Amino acid sequence: MARITKEERKQGIINAALQLFSERGFYITTIPDIAQKVGMSVGNFYNYFTSKDILAKELIIYISEYLGQSIREINEEDISTEQKIHKIVSMYFAMAEEKPEMIEYFLRVYLSNREVFADGCEGMICVSPFVTEMMIFFNDGVEKDELHNQDFFSAFGLFMGYLGGMVFLFGEKILPEPLDNYKDSISQNIYNALKTRD
Amino acid sequence: MHSKLETKKPKLLWLQGLTCNGNTHSFLNLNSLDTLLEQFEILYFPAFATDYTYEDILTCKLSCDVLIFEGTYDSTLQRGGILLADVLQHYAKSAKYIIGAGTCASFGGMFAEMNPQNKSGLLFKKGEWVTTFEMYKEKIINLSGCPMHPEWMAYTLQMILHHKTILLDELYRPQELYGYLSHHGCTRNEYFEWKVDAKNFGTKEGCLFYEQGCRGPMTHASCNKILWNEVSSKTRIGTPCLGCTESDFPRTHFFTTKTNMSIPQDIPFDVPKRSYLTMVGIAKTFHIKRLEGKLIDYKTTH
Repeated sequence: MARITKEERKQGIINAALQLFSERGFYITTIPDIAQKVGMSVGNFYNYFTSKDILAKELIIYISEYLGQSIREINEEDISTEQKIHKIVSMYFAMAEEKPEMIEYFLRVYLSNREVFADGCEGMICVSPFVTEMMIFFNDGVEKDELHNQDFFSAFGLFMGYLGGMVFLFGEKILPEPLDNYKDSISQNIYNALKTRD
Repeated sequence: MHSKLETKKPKLLWLQGLTCNGNTHSFLNLNSLDTLLEQFEILYFPAFATDYTYEDILTCKLSCDVLIFEGTYDSTLQRGGILLADVLQHYAKSAKYIIGAGTCASFGGMFAEMNPQNKSGLLFKKGEWVTTFEMYKEKIINLSGCPMHPEWMAYTLQMILHHKTILLDELYRPQELYGYLSHHGCTRNEYFEWKVDAKNFGTKEGCLFYEQGCRGPMTHASCNKILWNEVSSKTRIGTPCLGCTESDFPRTHFFTTKTNMSIPQDIPFDVPKRSYLTMVGIAKTFHIKRLEGKLIDYKTTH
């Protein structure tokens, strides 16, 4: 039987912690809960992460890098900005359905427990891989004259706030249709709101 | 034993194409002008008398060792009824060095901008290669700048006088002078690092890159290392670097930074955009109180 590497163990902790934090919340979840879910001793857990706060920060960096890499792949495709918007929306919704713990963690832990992230994750530090790719996306769209040139945060808030809101409604089981059914109309709405104006 | 230099001074000739005389005037501000020029036999210089008349020069009866050309080259331009192109070709042949003084002579500059037909620098039109003086490329040294700094000309002439090798960049500019960015030595660097905007012109605090159009981080020039009049530079007094040493000069909107969704369209030289944006996002997270107000007010107790 192949031996589990340290890196695989670490990934196991990340997966388990994401699930527990997003289901039960950050404060209720304990290190023994996470260790138990992974099947390791609490003592061994500390070989990987020295505190729950440090694990929390690692998780948001992990999610940000995952999202950033996914958007980077879309950014590097030779397609129109309208098509990129559709791909980003589709990717985000697919992530919400297939890896809901990632989006849940972002919305319910990272955004709701800022005190945990106050030291070392200030501002954009821990979400920088994701935000940087969104900057590249907007910059490229304006350079290609496909997006209206405006303040970054006005555009970023419109795009990501909209997606976050929809995923929240999905998580609360309020949406009458599957999330996938909304991606065309939402992509179109985002494009219409951001596109170059005559 | 006398050196060759003492016995026979190199002959220096300064000719002009389409020009505002800016480089001539800049050169006149050189503190060591007298001692430098003493080491040459000046055949012609636009701003003071020499032993030769302009007519003597234009009739191509002389030869020179160092030919300095200021202004935009225009293949149709005549001086005293003589085609300047022919005059330049004559002196270029005998010259051991040909120096393009200023951005117009280097890249076409201001005079080639509005009406580019027949106009260029000695080797380049903007950044594109032109063939007119290609056969002399081994002799050509560009000192771009609008105007060029007088010390840059002094450096080049001293290197020539002392038979030193001048390493050039891809635009034929001396590496020793243009290997730097005008950003290097800028007194506003701390504001650049922490992304604190100047918000206005003429202030002592703040960085001019984010809103005021400063080209310092992408302009090859040593303006903040070899100061102007030995005391100052554009950025030190709160005016943006206009990027006047680069081949794309003049551009438009000198005093505004072109942004795409708040992101500078042009970013510091040779820095990948992703890396730059990552750094900006992180730096903007922090607020350094000292950098947010007037320095003179910070911790003032009386």
